[in-house]
Amino acid sequence: MAEAEGVSSATPTEEMNGAGNLMDFLDEPIPDVGTYEDFHTIDWLREKSRDTDRHRKITHRSKESIWEFVKSLLDAWSGWVVMLLIGLLSGTLAGVIDLAVDWMTDLKEGVCLSAFWYSHEQCCWTSNETTFADRDKCPQWQKWAELMTGYNEGAGAYLLNYFLYVMWALFFSFLAVSLVRVFAPYACGSGIPEIKTILSGFIIRGYLGKWTLLIKTVTLVLAVSSGLSLGKEGPLVHVACCCGNLFCSLFSKYSKNEGKRREVLSAAAAAGVSVAFGAPIGGVLFSLEEVSYYFPLKTLWRSFFAALVAAFTLRSINPFGNNRLVLFYVEYHTPWYMAELVPFILLGVFGGLWGTLFIRGNIAWCRRRKTTQLGKYPVLEVIAVTGITAILAFPNPYTRRSTSELISELFNDCGALESSQLCDYINNPNMSRPEDDIPDRPAGPGVYMALWQLALALIFKIVITIFTFGMKIPSGLFIPSMAVGAIAGRIVGIAVEQMAYHHHDWIIFKNWCRPGADCVTPGLYAMVGAAACLGGVTRMTVSLVVIMFELTGGLEYIVPLMAAAVTSKWVADAFGKEGIYEAHIRLNGYPYLDQDEFTHRTLATDVMRPRRNEPPLSVLTQDSTTVEDVEMLIKETDYNGFPVVMSRESERLIGFVQRRDLILAIKTARQKQDGVVSNSVVYFTEDAPQIPASNPQPLKLRRILNLSPFTVTDHTPMETVVDIFRKLGLRQCLVTRSGRLLGIITKKDVLRHMAQMMNQDPESIMFN
Amino acid sequence: MQAAGGVRLLALGCVLVLSAQLAESKNSEDIRCKCICPPYKEIEGQIYNQNVSLKDCNCLHVVEPMPVEGKDVEAYCLRCECKYEERSSGTIKGTIIIYLSVLGLLLLYMVYLTLLEPILKRRLFGHSQLIQNDDDVGDQQPFANAHDVLSRSRSRPNVLNKVEHAQQRWRRQVQEQRKSVFDRHVVLS
Repeated sequence: MAEAEGVSSATPTEEMNGAGNLMDFLDEPIPDVGTYEDFHTIDWLREKSRDTDRHRKITHRSKESIWEFVKSLLDAWSGWVVMLLIGLLSGTLAGVIDLAVDWMTDLKEGVCLSAFWYSHEQCCWTSNETTFADRDKCPQWQKWAELMTGYNEGAGAYLLNYFLYVMWALFFSFLAVSLVRVFAPYACGSGIPEIKTILSGFIIRGYLGKWTLLIKTVTLVLAVSSGLSLGKEGPLVHVACCCGNLFCSLFSKYSKNEGKRREVLSAAAAAGVSVAFGAPIGGVLFSLEEVSYYFPLKTLWRSFFAALVAAFTLRSINPFGNNRLVLFYVEYHTPWYMAELVPFILLGVFGGLWGTLFIRGNIAWCRRRKTTQLGKYPVLEVIAVTGITAILAFPNPYTRRSTSELISELFNDCGALESSQLCDYINNPNMSRPEDDIPDRPAGPGVYMALWQLALALIFKIVITIFTFGMKIPSGLFIPSMAVGAIAGRIVGIAVEQMAYHHHDWIIFKNWCRPGADCVTPGLYAMVGAAACLGGVTRMTVSLVVIMFELTGGLEYIVPLMAAAVTSKWVADAFGKEGIYEAHIRLNGYPYLDQDEFTHRTLATDVMRPRRNEPPLSVLTQDSTTVEDVEMLIKETDYNGFPVVMSRESERLIGFVQRRDLILAIKTARQKQDGVVSNSVVYFTEDAPQIPASNPQPLKLRRILNLSPFTVTDHTPMETVVDIFRKLGLRQCLVTRSGRLLGIITKKDVLRHMAQMMNQDPESIMFN
Repeated sequence: MQAAGGVRLLALGCVLVLSAQLAESKNSEDIRCKCICPPYKEIEGQIYNQNVSLKDCNCLHVVEPMPVEGKDVEAYCLRCECKYEERSSGTIKGTIIIYLSVLGLLLLYMVYLTLLEPILKRRLFGHSQLIQNDDDVGDQQPFANAHDVLSRSRSRPNVLNKVEHAQQRWRRQVQEQRKSVFDRHVVLS
């Protein structure tokens, strides 16, 4: 590799910046040789070799003096310091978000009079009401109707509460979308599809910036509190990656090398999921399975460290007041029975079907938003959807409260003194056993009413989430999917439980359920349903199971969770291969090379450019192009790089030069070097060509030439070419025959070819 | 704008320090022991709360007045489930207040940027200048970097001018982002 790639001693940035005083950060960052254009792919091989060069230089210098040795130690430890900082900041931000969401969600219904910063539960924390019926009421917390008019019951109070609930929801979402629009448009959406693309080598400048971080944190709270059917887990991954990017800029080892930076971002994504779910191991596996592209073992260990630090920080902030990390931590350990695998598999099928429905519906709606008039009114769209959600959600008590609370109630089994309608079982007063050992009992009228309301809530959530995900506010879809699955699971669980009670003399129930003994746990069905639906949408497998059992602490439930996850993935894969994130990547046309195999029998000549009817390849010669020719070439074409050949007759390949490097080098040469004019010859060889003395001084550009570009012959099968692109992270590949340059294959060409082979629209690939 | 980044880091540092400090000063109201006792014979289900520490968190200390007497006390207490809970009211207060102040500052800045600044500019520079600074800069190259667009004339290199230029650069970046996301729908459908 030419030493151009390893040149870090004479980059223009270092020369001009000097010591760097306070005012310098206000100056524009000067682009230097070796950085990338926005919306382009990085060159993984170049980044890797730059890093090895840097490391070699530091190791070599460390033998010179004690100070150099210390510097080499600091360089080795900088990775761990970055992980520590990422964990601390992500945990802090997640704690802030959790506390703020808790408070603002309750703000829609009422306010705490003694201290306005308390949510309902916190306000009534010190109340002395002892009877069970009054435990949620305390005089300090009042609903809005009661505060404004003094009445608590009656139609007038209900309507006033309804009206104010909708008003608050609209206010929050309007603030959220305005802030996103004015300050950081990249803060909208989930963030995971774009982060997947960034980690595979794409550059989106500003996507992980400081303003995006600030706005995403602030507006995420507003969006979740407004009662919309969205979650905060996907945006938390984005927030954590922004933190990762922020701390990368402190160390030149990471800020100057895009490849190393992506290692840090993989670990930051793990920390994000870890604080979202309270699942450090699940977070690491999620980063491995869903988000990252290259995941060496070193990153595995560092991700684990970052996830752990983040989980510790969140725990120390203690947002839920009981030393738990997540709102729905459940603790029962009732056993499950082999016959229950049948309803679990049914729930898996439901999850797969729902996943397919959601992906198709959401992509169709997002495509409509992209292409029609709907996309011109983002603020109106958000307000309309919020209005519809709030108006439909208030009457049903299960959708009025926040989705996390709903999931928590559905996951929890009915214990002693549960007063919710779901636990309104008919008690046999002659029973001698204490009641927290709940044997199966017939359902009371409250349970049937709750079942109706839950069914309505299920339909509502299924429909509204399709329209909510993808709007121009931060939105995640983990919690809504889990809610849909939990509702379906609980309904199935109660159905099975009642069937077991009323028909306990059937064969399947005879050995399983003894009267008076623990039989069916509807809460477990809710968990399995949640896992199935989440797996159907995102197509996660191992990471899903690990997250679910870290959420619940129930190791004995691994088998049902796995059964449901596997079933839902199989069913969903039968309808379409892509999860929701890959579908959004394809919708946006990002240059993401999937890990799927390419099995067609095309050759490299079928894909390479130029085709037969196209103008020939634009090349530079090694010592006969003038500066003027180069500038004309740059102005007339917009290719990202040019091959350099020996001469136009022989066309033997010498190397490859990037457009950006060419532009910068020529501009610098015109400004700095004497005697370089438009007629000067540009040469890429080691020694200057033999020219008469009257000609202007030639310009040596060997330092920007890549002397080892990747080449394949024209008969290489495309299978191999795709494999090379994927495994090495190439941007372009040159095609030769007998040493002569024939054409070029870029990543965009590969993606377009793959799209064509799968009968999709090749023109939808937009980026290079 | 990197100034915003620095200020933000400072604010976060404040949050961390505040929360660390507040976590140490435990309000006596911030701990409680909650005992849930199911119905027993004729007595209904009750919940008892008391601000006691962990070692006193059991049925005998918390359930007062004891509704049964004599031998029944043990049977009653066996069914009761006592849980110790802790919270940090200082953290909650600090977090909510910091969040509301950040939100308020952002709203004020947003109002300034969208409403006040055009009015001020129009008053100071007249109508013609406003057209020049208008958002429609015509057909730009799709994904141009913001710093290529910025004009490079810098007459007085003092702090105010630098801040002004940094702000202008940031605004053009946001404008580019807004065009990609909201108008052209290229990124983030």
